[in-house]
Amino acid sequence: MAQTLTADPHAPTAHGHAAHPTDGSYNYLNYDKTFMSWAKTVDHKRIGLMYMVTLALVFLVAGLFAIALRTELIATNWTNYAAGEQDAAGTIMNANTYNWVFTMHGAMMTFLFLVPSVPAILGNFVLPLHLGAKDVAFPRLNLASYYFYIAGAVLVIASLFVGQLDTGWTFYMPYSARTNGSVTFLTMAIFIAGFSSIFTGLNFIVTIHKMRAPGLTWNRLPLFVWAMYAVSLVQVLATPVLGITMLLLFTERIFGVGIFDPALGGDPILFQHMFWFYSHPAVYIMILPAFGIISELMGTFSRQRLYGYRAVALSSVAIALLGFLVWGHHMFVSGQSAISSIIFSLITYLIGIPSGIKVFNWVTTMYKGSIWLQTPMIYALMFIFLFTIGGLTGVMVGVLAVDVALHDTYYVVAHFHYVMMGGTVIALIGGMYYWFPKMFGKMYSERWAKIFSLFVFVGFNTTFFTQFLLGAKGMPRRYWDYIPMYEHLHQISTIGSYILAVGLFGVLGTWIWGLMKGRKAPQNPWGAATLEWTHATSPPDPHNFTATPVVTRGPYDYYLADEVFLTRNAPSSGDGAAGDGSDGDVPQGDGSGDGAAATVVARPIVRDFKPH
Amino acid sequence: MPPGHPNGVRADRNWPLRFDFTTPMASAPATLTVDSPEVHDAHAHDHPPHLQHHFVSSEQQFDAAKMGMWLFLATEILLFSGMFVAYAVFRTLYPATYEACATALNTMQGAFNTLVLLGSSLTVALAINAIQRDDQKGLQRYLLLTLLGAAIFLVVKYFEYTHKFHSGIFPGLAFHPYGEEFGHLATVPYARQFFSLYYVSTGIHAIHIIAGMVVLSWVYLKARKGTFSSSYYTHVELGGLYWHLVDVIWIFLFPLLYLIH
Ligand code: HEM
Ligand SMILES: [Cu+2]
Repeated sequence: MAQTLTADPHAPTAHGHAAHPTDGSYNYLNYDKTFMSWAKTVDHKRIGLMYMVTLALVFLVAGLFAIALRTELIATNWTNYAAGEQDAAGTIMNANTYNWVFTMHGAMMTFLFLVPSVPAILGNFVLPLHLGAKDVAFPRLNLASYYFYIAGAVLVIASLFVGQLDTGWTFYMPYSARTNGSVTFLTMAIFIAGFSSIFTGLNFIVTIHKMRAPGLTWNRLPLFVWAMYAVSLVQVLATPVLGITMLLLFTERIFGVGIFDPALGGDPILFQHMFWFYSHPAVYIMILPAFGIISELMGTFSRQRLYGYRAVALSSVAIALLGFLVWGHHMFVSGQSAISSIIFSLITYLIGIPSGIKVFNWVTTMYKGSIWLQTPMIYALMFIFLFTIGGLTGVMVGVLAVDVALHDTYYVVAHFHYVMMGGTVIALIGGMYYWFPKMFGKMYSERWAKIFSLFVFVGFNTTFFTQFLLGAKGMPRRYWDYIPMYEHLHQISTIGSYILAVGLFGVLGTWIWGLMKGRKAPQNPWGAATLEWTHATSPPDPHNFTATPVVTRGPYDYYLADEVFLTRNAPSSGDGAAGDGSDGDVPQGDGSGDGAAATVVARPIVRDFKPH
Repeated sequence: MPPGHPNGVRADRNWPLRFDFTTPMASAPATLTVDSPEVHDAHAHDHPPHLQHHFVSSEQQFDAAKMGMWLFLATEILLFSGMFVAYAVFRTLYPATYEACATALNTMQGAFNTLVLLGSSLTVALAINAIQRDDQKGLQRYLLLTLLGAAIFLVVKYFEYTHKFHSGIFPGLAFHPYGEEFGHLATVPYARQFFSLYYVSTGIHAIHIIAGMVVLSWVYLKARKGTFSSSYYTHVELGGLYWHLVDVIWIFLFPLLYLIH
């Protein structure tokens, strides 16, 4: 029973909370500050923040691995081979270490960072707010998911003491049955972290079905919620298959059951099928939530009802379902039959269609909108640019004949970094900037955020566009060294990765600065029309809303959500810009805290009254 | 939408929507809450002890729990589907091996266990039926019978496993069949793989039986304390659903492993 949980903000102690102030000064962050109140919390907002901190650490470690990889590749070492390739000295590490580092980078980034990322951080924080609910349907299961994740992460760390994992994040058989014992740990880690993913998805599906506020029909759901719904479906339907694959790999290593190992009569291609049956849908687990964030940002910062709401909503679901039918495009040269390769190639083209629908609708939303170039919008634009490149090159490698040449080259590496980093991570950063004021009740510095977004953009493209060129020239992926003809491009790529790192540390810096020194955020700094902005304080009450919202309009009906008008970008009077290093473009709320009237907007909002 | 449904707009909840950022909430709540009793203290009204704070009504809580359980069952089926796919692949690749090995399994014991599980599915359904009629004694009796069925299943499974271990039929590399009954399997190519798959799939199924027993025992203990009634029996229903799933998976495993010729 909820009543027995001490950390439950809704438990009897908090019963008479009407006595607490309802202006945001009493909120989910400060109603109880003890460590145990966090460790045992069932509040979706706090769980979201716990994931945020944990995932930031994982991203930092896996990112440092990446920097190490790029540094190794800054120069060729072919002159050192006299002692034999195995023992040759590299720029900073030998070949075996390189195998270990790229495997840890890939495995941690995919399984421990990208798969949970947006749903665990922003999904947890925002979804119940978007629904006008007090919490997710199963708050305790939500906390359990977090600890399953931690258990998985601990096993990954434990694997470091067993041996150097060197299979690549794909664990292809039969090598993964032969190499050192760290694989055993990783299979268990992924199996356990998988439960975290399954339970989060399950929780979200039920929450969306059963916990919507009065009046919140399916047609009024914010598109972020639709994206979460689609991604949850994939999590629930695909992750168990990864679970059993990892379990069978585990038994393969412990007992030698001979299901995947060809020496024992098993079939290594079966492993690839089962692995990609999860892992292709998994790339949609990574990108669909990003689509959701971008839809929110596009609507809010174009101040325009999202064009083609239904098309965007349903294309998420279409992608989720089609995504289950294309896994074979990872196996064009693995020895699957020609006819299945042709079919997989065809369906791969199809999946470009719903992705394209989304991009077109976002761009159309901006058309004639009143675009407000705040940092979240800058990241949204960046996303559209980078994801389009990533998606189109995806279609290119989906072409059977082309992929025979490009498979396992840097071209594929560039493709998936454009979608995963340029897509998911960029959208996550944009979403973090967008919801930052809601999460912490503080504003970040708009000027510095913009400056670092430039570093991120330049750094990212320098790092990864060169890799398209490298791949097209035939540079294979996962190689520790290369012949001199590739050196030039590798150097550019490495320098780009340093710029990117500066940008990302800068982004982190703007958040930390915002937390420590940021101006107090108004309830609705962006003039958005979804419930978390219109009906909840910044930061929200432990109960989310002090009263259950009743929804009478769509999520992007800015012209109906007149309660938000007053809050949009009220400039001037006593603008603290000079003092805190922000530019004057940052919205001002009741910075002085005395409830001083926010001045009404200087922005043209006439268009909002036109029904589209 | 039925009146009072959490997703329907209820007239009595139409508190004024207009939120003005310049008017701090603190100065306004009185006017906001007048006509909506649940607004400021959702706990004050109609609050049976089992109702968690974040749900509006018992029905909502029950519906959510049930839907969650169905989704969980879907993931369980997908987990086993991986093994069924492996089975399909290797049975197609090595048909002779699979038939030769299947005949070495004890069909009688398998069939007996199938009947036991079917019976326990019936008793768990009767348990739900009993509590719907507020029959506390019946609920406890049928839960105990279900647990008994599960225990019998495991005991039979134990004898099946140990009988094979005694003749060197282990999963994986330890597989070295000998003796009158199983010795001939040593010459069947890839027999090891069949038995590995047998042990892995029935083993994971047995783990599910044990998990089901833990769940049902917990439900039984709650039932003894009189937690459930015809208006609140979510855990009985969910435990029952889970038990049916464990049963259904066995219904697939049994013919695939024991009955092929
Ligand atoms: C427009 C949609 C997309 C298409 C048509 C597409 C197509 C492909 C194809 C055909 C490959 C295999 C290339 C090869 O190994 O030779 C591939 C690899 C990959 N894609 Fe995509 N892709 C798309 C979107 C995405 C997205 C959204 C993500 C992740 C967020 C993603 C992540 C990956 C990854 C990680 C790999 C490499 C896996 C590996 O071998 O390590 N893709 N993609
Ligand atoms: Cu794919």
